[in-house]
Amino acid sequence: MADLIVHIVVPIAIFTFIAAFTLFAVYAERKIAGFVQDRLGPMETGKYGLVQTIADILKLLQKEFITPSAADKILFSIAPVVIFGAVFVGFSVIPWAPDFIPANTHTGLFFIMAVVSIDAIGILMAGWGSNNKYALLGSVRAIAQMVSYEIPVGLSLIAAVMITQTLNLNDIAYLQGINSPENIYFMGFWDVTHIGGIFAWHIFQAPHLLVVYVIFFIASLAECNRAPFDIPEAESELIGGFHTEYGGIKFAFLFLAEYAMMFLVAILGVVLFLGAWNTPLPNIGSLRLADWTTGLGWGITWTILKSFTIVGIQMWIRWTLPRFRADQLMTLCWKVLIPLAFVCLAISGLWRIMVML
Amino acid sequence: MVIKTTIQGFLTAVKGLFLTVRHLFGARKSRASLDIRDEDYFTQQNGVTTVQYPKQKMPIPEVARYQLDVEIDDCIVCDLCAKACPVDCIDIQAIKSPEVIGKTSDGSVKRLYPAKFDIDMAKCMYCGLCTVVCPTECITMTNQYDRSTQQLADLIYGFSEMSDHEVQQRKEEWTKFQAEKEAAKKKP
Repeated sequence: MADLIVHIVVPIAIFTFIAAFTLFAVYAERKIAGFVQDRLGPMETGKYGLVQTIADILKLLQKEFITPSAADKILFSIAPVVIFGAVFVGFSVIPWAPDFIPANTHTGLFFIMAVVSIDAIGILMAGWGSNNKYALLGSVRAIAQMVSYEIPVGLSLIAAVMITQTLNLNDIAYLQGINSPENIYFMGFWDVTHIGGIFAWHIFQAPHLLVVYVIFFIASLAECNRAPFDIPEAESELIGGFHTEYGGIKFAFLFLAEYAMMFLVAILGVVLFLGAWNTPLPNIGSLRLADWTTGLGWGITWTILKSFTIVGIQMWIRWTLPRFRADQLMTLCWKVLIPLAFVCLAISGLWRIMVML
Repeated sequence: MVIKTTIQGFLTAVKGLFLTVRHLFGARKSRASLDIRDEDYFTQQNGVTTVQYPKQKMPIPEVARYQLDVEIDDCIVCDLCAKACPVDCIDIQAIKSPEVIGKTSDGSVKRLYPAKFDIDMAKCMYCGLCTVVCPTECITMTNQYDRSTQQLADLIYGFSEMSDHEVQQRKEEWTKFQAEKEAAKKKP
């Protein structure tokens, strides 16, 4: 019985977190967009527009369900559920703090890659079911993009996994801090097992992992259809892409899925490369900063702080770079990121054999 | 080729990112000067440019190209403004007067009553031609620009101060005067 309650409470807690995060992130996004463009962003609803997103969601919840008469009714109505569900399930294997993880599985990373791919099917369902040429074009582009960019994401994750030798995200997180079961070497030569902090993070454990993280970050932007890879939505060309015909609560779910996906890829990058819940502060002599700032509360704080920083960078990039053209998008993926990821993969193998052993 | 474009793309992206982050942190303050007549207006334009309109207004000249105003006491009802108007938004009806009505503030003699002087602000294109041709400078552009209404008819501004009764009376006066003149002509 207690188990059952836990199984109910945890998803609700995660959903609440995602919803709260989305409300906050939409506000932050609009404010950042405003400031970058020398505007103020939302200012009218509440002090500094603070309740703007709450007003938005209340409006969306009140709206009528509208299904286009020519739409495929079943696909149209289940697509938002599939899209959100795919992203939502991905959160089940993410560690938030030491051993604080909804499902501690040995194949966590593989599981995430598998379920997040379902997102692509959901987008195709939404575009096809809408029976609208813009929506269909948008979803066709989305599929091409997401399937292509799955490869550099996968390769960069494998490059990291070759170093960690485990797919369990909880174990991967442990390998980047002072509680590591194995010895950690900064760039392969300096033993930082008891120093911890920022030096023990995966991106600093081997020089090429920094490049791998950049590949992962760029590819994950494309995975969640964020600018500069937002050609599936492409407001200026395709109205809204696959969500053109959606309104009300269905649109709210698509939006929720988009921001949940942003957070998921940010937290996944944090867990794999940026030290997960480990503190960035190292132990310096008798100043045991790392020891002091490790624990359940600190772990959650660090995870969320790091992920929010990454989400902030995603927004910063969105409001800086213009959209890629479809062919440029494919060029970047197949001619730049994938070869680079393969090289990094090879280096990871050699690094494991020659440096770490 | 691919390597070169990749490196170039990366460098330009970084350059753009630094540009936007400068603006992001520059948004902590708003631009210092809103009035273009200020001495160093163009050096004080850093930061947020938004003017939060109903709460905050940009200073404008007293006679700017905004809504029209007519000082009806100075009008000699010459109809020049209505003739100059490219969109025909001014509608004037005049009633002749048997004798001189009075003088405008600049000394022109008034011989006509303005029975109707309507300006349709919904049609007006704010060109200011009417203000140029006016001989007594009674029609001017003001600094009023934020009129909004739920009825289109509210945008037709009537400047004539004559009541229906007065209009009727003046018309009768003129017909009576003309009849008298006719009668005087017929007399040998």
